[in-house]
Amino acid sequence: MADTETSVSARSPLAGHAARFAAATRRSGGAVRLAELPYLAQIDVRLDPKGPAADAVGLALGFPLPTQPNTVVHGGGSSALWLGPDEWLVVGRPGTRAELEGRLREAVGDEPAAVVDISAQRTALLVAGPRSRDLLSHGCALDLHPRSFGAGRCAQTLLARAQVVLAVRDELKPGFWVLVRSSFAGYLGDWLLDAATEYTGAV
Amino acid sequence: MLLIPCPWCGPRDEAEYTYGGQAHVPYPQDPASLPDEEWGRYLFHRANPKGPHAERWCHTAGCRRWFNAVRDTATNQLLAVYRAGEPRLAGGEANGRDLFA
Ligand SMILES: [Zn+2]
Repeated sequence: MADTETSVSARSPLAGHAARFAAATRRSGGAVRLAELPYLAQIDVRLDPKGPAADAVGLALGFPLPTQPNTVVHGGGSSALWLGPDEWLVVGRPGTRAELEGRLREAVGDEPAAVVDISAQRTALLVAGPRSRDLLSHGCALDLHPRSFGAGRCAQTLLARAQVVLAVRDELKPGFWVLVRSSFAGYLGDWLLDAATEYTGAV
Repeated sequence: MLLIPCPWCGPRDEAEYTYGGQAHVPYPQDPASLPDEEWGRYLFHRANPKGPHAERWCHTAGCRRWFNAVRDTATNQLLAVYRAGEPRLAGGEANGRDLFA
């Protein structure tokens, strides 16, 4: 019988970029920090924001789902990003996807709702540091200044013409999560390294 | 590039949107009994005004919601935007919202 269990190991979409991200971060002298945040648990939740399922999911997460467009709520080891008036992306730590999906499924019960594990759809990039905003602005039309895109904000938009979900990191220091489809991750990683040249020096 | 105000997300670049044609074209009550000419009229005939035009847009690269907008076809100015299911606007009113706030 073929042995199919032992030889498979996970490889994240940007595993091949890790060394270049680390080198760019080092060369920038603290101006930018680039890294992949692989294997985050990502659960897509669709439900009526005014129905009982919304309250149940809020209880299961420990915080209410945000109803204000383009906002994110963090708490209890997970985050909920507003994707639409009836759609959220719940993000948790690596390794928690089965538990998180199960917990949310159980919470919505028989109510009309959809809870789907989409962890493999996107990978996440950390773009942090005092020049992170300038770096993203090379390819993003949104005003990323804290006065319009500060703590608690997220957005689905285009970065270097690739569809991304941007979220402000839950910290005082400037930094963003960039969630990008796995098949676009290599392109976006290359683009970020190229756009960061002005802060990292020539390669 | 047009700056189009999504009723959910606010002003975003035109590149984030997909155009969906004229809004408020009613689906025929009883399509099976419709004469070909009227079916063709439903499928293919659209208003082509010079001035305010109610049309559908989808915020494809953003919240992925369809909504309606009134755009002046002569000036490309967005006169109103409103969510799917909300009553039709004639344009000129901002539906209580500042379009580019
Ligand atoms: Zn939108």
